[in-house]
Amino acid sequence: MQRFKLLAALSAVALTASSAALANEGLLKMQENASDWVMPLGDYSSTRYSELDQINKGNVGDLQVAWTFSTGVLRGHEGGPLVVGDVMYVHTPFPNKVFALDLNDKGRIIWKYEPRQDPNVIPVMCCDTVNRGVAYGNGTIFLHQADTTLVALDAATGAVKWSVKNGDPGKGETGTSAPLVAGDKVLIGISGGEFGIQGHVTAYNMSDGSVAWRGYSVGPDENILVDPQKTTHLGKPVGKDSGMNTWEGDQWKLGGGATWGWMSYDPELNLVYYGSGNPGTWNPVQRPGDNRWSMTIFARDLDTGMAKWVYQMTPHDEWDYDGVNEMILADLNIGGTERKTLVHFDRNGFGYTLDRVTGELLVAEKYDPAVNWATHVDMATGRPQVVSEYSTHQNGADVNSEGICPAALGSKDQQPAAFSPKSGLFYVPTNHVCMDYEPFQVSYTAGQPYVGATLSMYPAPGGDHLGNFIAWDATKGEIVWSNPEPFSVWSGALATAGDVVFYGTLEGYLKAVDPANGKELFSFKTPSGIIGNVNTFSHGGKQYVAVLSGIGGWAGIGLAAGLTEDTAGLGAVGAYKSLSSYTNLGGQLTVFALPN
Amino acid sequence: MRLWKTTLSLASGAMMAIAILSNGPAAAQSGEVDWEKQPYIIKDGKVDYGTYNGFRRYHSFCHVCHGPDAMGSSYAPALKDSLNAMTYDEFLEVVVNGRENLSAGKESVMPAFAEAEDVMLYIDHIYAYLKARANDEVGRGRPKRLPADDDPVFQEWKASQ
Repeated sequence: MQRFKLLAALSAVALTASSAALANEGLLKMQENASDWVMPLGDYSSTRYSELDQINKGNVGDLQVAWTFSTGVLRGHEGGPLVVGDVMYVHTPFPNKVFALDLNDKGRIIWKYEPRQDPNVIPVMCCDTVNRGVAYGNGTIFLHQADTTLVALDAATGAVKWSVKNGDPGKGETGTSAPLVAGDKVLIGISGGEFGIQGHVTAYNMSDGSVAWRGYSVGPDENILVDPQKTTHLGKPVGKDSGMNTWEGDQWKLGGGATWGWMSYDPELNLVYYGSGNPGTWNPVQRPGDNRWSMTIFARDLDTGMAKWVYQMTPHDEWDYDGVNEMILADLNIGGTERKTLVHFDRNGFGYTLDRVTGELLVAEKYDPAVNWATHVDMATGRPQVVSEYSTHQNGADVNSEGICPAALGSKDQQPAAFSPKSGLFYVPTNHVCMDYEPFQVSYTAGQPYVGATLSMYPAPGGDHLGNFIAWDATKGEIVWSNPEPFSVWSGALATAGDVVFYGTLEGYLKAVDPANGKELFSFKTPSGIIGNVNTFSHGGKQYVAVLSGIGGWAGIGLAAGLTEDTAGLGAVGAYKSLSSYTNLGGQLTVFALPN
Repeated sequence: MRLWKTTLSLASGAMMAIAILSNGPAAAQSGEVDWEKQPYIIKDGKVDYGTYNGFRRYHSFCHVCHGPDAMGSSYAPALKDSLNAMTYDEFLEVVVNGRENLSAGKESVMPAFAEAEDVMLYIDHIYAYLKARANDEVGRGRPKRLPADDDPVFQEWKASQ
């Protein structure tokens, strides 16, 4: 009898382990298949790089539109489609429709899913009703809706398998980010940094939507899932209550640290990487302290959620430099040594290279020369050396701090960069915009904006352009080349083995450039401004490039009317242009291919 | 006086403070000006405290949808234009209660700010700024302020604090 029991217990363990491993292995293999585009950022390392080379430097100029698809939604279209086998999955902003399109039939609609959501979620979404895409795993499409519902859809039929609610829009919690499927879990973050929420990442069990773990950005150790002794910040234990004692009183309860950006996964280390956003209220005077762990890169164990290491890039934020941008996992040679690195282009204007095993800081340099709020990052402490003139806290509440670069939208926002292992370079869509920032006292009401600062934005000094598309050497922290763009580049980049780099522009151009020098090889104007991410896939032996158009998001709000001249008189006169005179609303997918 | 009534009836007690903060009486002192049509004082290109504060508050709460300088965006209409076609009552009604326009593909929802102190306490200031923009009397960017002793609105504001 005893033996029986043991056997049963053992086989149950074995079963659980193998199904988790299967899910994991399935996606692990699929992400390496260049014909598919199986996750929003291309692969677990978020490289947005493809081995496909049918479209190459020599013939990319011949690209033509193969087919198009209207999403029927007029809001800002961030993210991009997935491709799994013969099917493409296209998502939209609110109401968060999902379409499964038949690649064998020029995008015929196989199924469509449209959730019913309370429209009252719309006004608590900061800056448009964007959504950054769906995730795939185990025959299932995972959609993270505006109202924070995570829904699992049968990839073949669109039927709902399960759904769970991740947050409360009544408190300003919303969903905009793409899920990450890793192992037997699906992970999502939460938006609402302007509403005094507490950010968190939650891992749901893929099979039934039950919660595996939830790691908060702020609060008690058991909530933020850190071990005071074992979790490190630049090699040192974080110590007890780090998510509370770096705040004054109970301010951490409105502490923010929203997790609305991208996640990456290293299967060997079994670590998930993501960043947290701004601390609660934009008025720094109201929240003394380092405000941990807002503005922080987290490396968490996939199984337990426990943080292995953290790194806070902008302690005590005074400018809204959310740390949520993508974490690109690349193996780089730094000073003669091969390192497993994590490369991150932060909103604060610094490009960081860290050891992703230990969290050691290797490189931190400005990736836009306009960045002025800090002189440099101290490599021993990891702290940016803040320039007093641009410190909105030192200048105080009700004082307008002028000429701060970058603006709150950052030297780069969520628009993900690409990494080409072939060239060894990173291709980064950037903003070249500065701001005035005046903090003021603000009071908290649940579900109401909790901002506390007045902003105005304008072109960076002397410039006549609002964006650059750059190539970056993350081993040295140097810009290799930089292409000026009239507007911020708000589109995710794509690099390919065909020696081509693609990105979209706010006027609506899809552009292809030479990875070696940025020379333009191809350009086509799509119907609306591009804030989506370019992808590529192969079907029936033919390589395609696809991108969503649909102006909106922060770019559409901040730039639609053009920017003003700055109060400090630093910007070039006439530099401001109105985006609304170049493009109009409209959600459309455009798929490109070479002529037959 | 009219402002008192409007504010009280719409705000049902919760926002009584608004009435105290109103810059109506100050504008009234300067002549026959109808506060609703011209809720601001501008001298030598400089604006009163209410209009200035309205600029600040607008660029904290409103600009994330309505764009910089009330110019509108891909997401929400240009209040610079809307205020030409709205009375003060209508403006207040929308701010307090919100508004929905759920046409397919372009769902717009203006939140109800009735419980947002940081909006409602300064709503007359925001109105003054927007009206000055609508009347083309204040340009883009941060307006310059009148000196404190030359600014009856500021004097009244200070006295109320």
